Amino acid sequence: MTDLAQLGQKLSDALPGAFRAHHALVGELTLDAELGEIVRVMKFLRDDPECEFKILVDICGVDWPQREKRFDVVYHLLSLTKNMRVRVRVQTNEEDSVPSVVSVYPAANWFEREAFDMYGMAFSDHPDLRRILTDYGFSGHPLRKDFPLTGFVEVRYDDELKRVVYQPVQLVQEFRDFDFMSPWEGAPHIMPDGQRAASGNPGKKA
Amino acid sequence: MSTYLDKPEGEANEPRITLNFGPQHPAAHGVLRLVLDLDGEIVTRVDPHIGLLHRGTEKLIEHKTYLQAVPYFDRLDYVAPMNQEHAFALAVEKLLGLEVPKRGQYIRVLFSELGRLMNHILNTTFQALDVGAMTPPLWGMESRETMLSFYERVSGSRMHAAYFRPGGVHQDLPPGLLEDMYKFLDPFLKVLDDIDGLIVENRIFKQRNVDIGVVNREQAEMWAFSGVMLRSAGVAWDLRRSQPYECYNDFDFQIPVGRNGDCYDRYVLRMEEMRQSIKIMKQCIEKMPAGPVSSADNKVVPPKREEMKRSMEALIHHFKLYTEGYHVPKGEVYAAVEAPKGEFGVYLVSDGGNKPYRCKIRAPSFVHLQAMDYMNRGHMLADVSAVLGSLDIVFGEVDR
Repeated sequence: MTDLAQLGQKLSDALPGAFRAHHALVGELTLDAELGEIVRVMKFLRDDPECEFKILVDICGVDWPQREKRFDVVYHLLSLTKNMRVRVRVQTNEEDSVPSVVSVYPAANWFEREAFDMYGMAFSDHPDLRRILTDYGFSGHPLRKDFPLTGFVEVRYDDELKRVVYQPVQLVQEFRDFDFMSPWEGAPHIMPDGQRAASGNPGKKA
Repeated sequence: MSTYLDKPEGEANEPRITLNFGPQHPAAHGVLRLVLDLDGEIVTRVDPHIGLLHRGTEKLIEHKTYLQAVPYFDRLDYVAPMNQEHAFALAVEKLLGLEVPKRGQYIRVLFSELGRLMNHILNTTFQALDVGAMTPPLWGMESRETMLSFYERVSGSRMHAAYFRPGGVHQDLPPGLLEDMYKFLDPFLKVLDDIDGLIVENRIFKQRNVDIGVVNREQAEMWAFSGVMLRSAGVAWDLRRSQPYECYNDFDFQIPVGRNGDCYDRYVLRMEEMRQSIKIMKQCIEKMPAGPVSSADNKVVPPKREEMKRSMEALIHHFKLYTEGYHVPKGEVYAAVEAPKGEFGVYLVSDGGNKPYRCKIRAPSFVHLQAMDYMNRGHMLADVSAVLGSLDIVFGEVDR
């Protein structure tokens, strides 16, 4: 644990101005990086002899709609020689594009395409930023929190046209999202203001 | 499959061909559409179009409680379902700070290794089928059916087990299962030897696989390979050894490492890994400790039925767990397991509620398939299926 905190401190000292914060929780080091510095940070983490994070494990987005910069882009790196993992996070919104790290890690290509497909944040200098998982001609970004679980269109085979057609989703029964959250101890962000517990320990079960 | 010819200007003699491989092709191992650019019979570019099996697993998980999310993991890599559940269970346990009892851990290891056998026997024999051998898959499938019956006996389902749950495993082993599994292992070693006897020195198999799809160490790291794909390039890296989770430290086993990084090495490694898995399973059965199979914390693990008949508190716990579910403390965590195909990871973000705020699934097949373009350039068209077979991809987890 202390090793991780030390590494975090060392990295912030080595790259002044690149990180906003770093913390080591549940045995994992998280670095909050500045959006514009991400390529420099990644290059350093890959090449520095004390890091050697040669493997890009994952890139993914997280959506926080209440925030001003609503998206997190989270990078997971792995060092085979030092047997360590690190997580780097940057924040962005719909307008600001994230500098692509494909030049540092070729494996970032599909991960960034996926994050773009699912959340709609743009990656600048990406060689081939197309949708990857959703259908050809799909519109919208399905993993955003404001995208409904049922989606907007559905497909069916039209016997007269002899092809698959798209049509607006028709639900026989309205989508039901049961709220089982206990009204006095549930997570505060889901509960209406009036029902929120005045104090205590929100999010913790009794 | 459809073909068309187009002649770029200035290259009158050499027709360039663009070929659609799939989406329905027997060697594509699922719904994969590869757009191949060919120069004669030489592949010049591969553009995999994936997502035809995209079901929005991550989105669905965000709308389910933690327990309800477990069955989605069976449907990712449906060849070895329990290994996926394992990563999710480890992630949730890490956030909750939950300890799994020893017997629960041993059962998890036992069935993770069984999953590895199920995956590798399918992949190795189908790799042989991809290059023209018909018998190995038939022999392999026969044994695989027995393994599926072990899955069924322990969880009630051949594939969609939902057996590894946060806190432990769902139920204790039924009587007689351990003995039957032990009795299965030695004859299965014989089956492996038989299959090896058909393939490993076979001239056709070697011609189709040796020095095909070579990846060296630098390239393997660059493309973020893991599992057999990384080890075939000569990197001694296995999460069971280097970042031990569960109780893998209790067992004596070897990690086979390749030398040439070609399709043939990957086949040999998978066969050897199966022998090592059998070794682990034997030790596991011999040393299986007694005791509970899941955590005693009834705030997370539901109480047993008989307890509910007598205890009011247990009844309340049961009701709360199957309506509201349990709350997981705020935070984020990444947990990875050495799944048969490579590093399978789950990145879980919790906001303190009863549903995951974000659950990113890091699937090894997705990463490996990305390298198709790199691995196939300059190869012949016929090698595409051999390389694809040795990548060991399952579309459940590529497309999620």
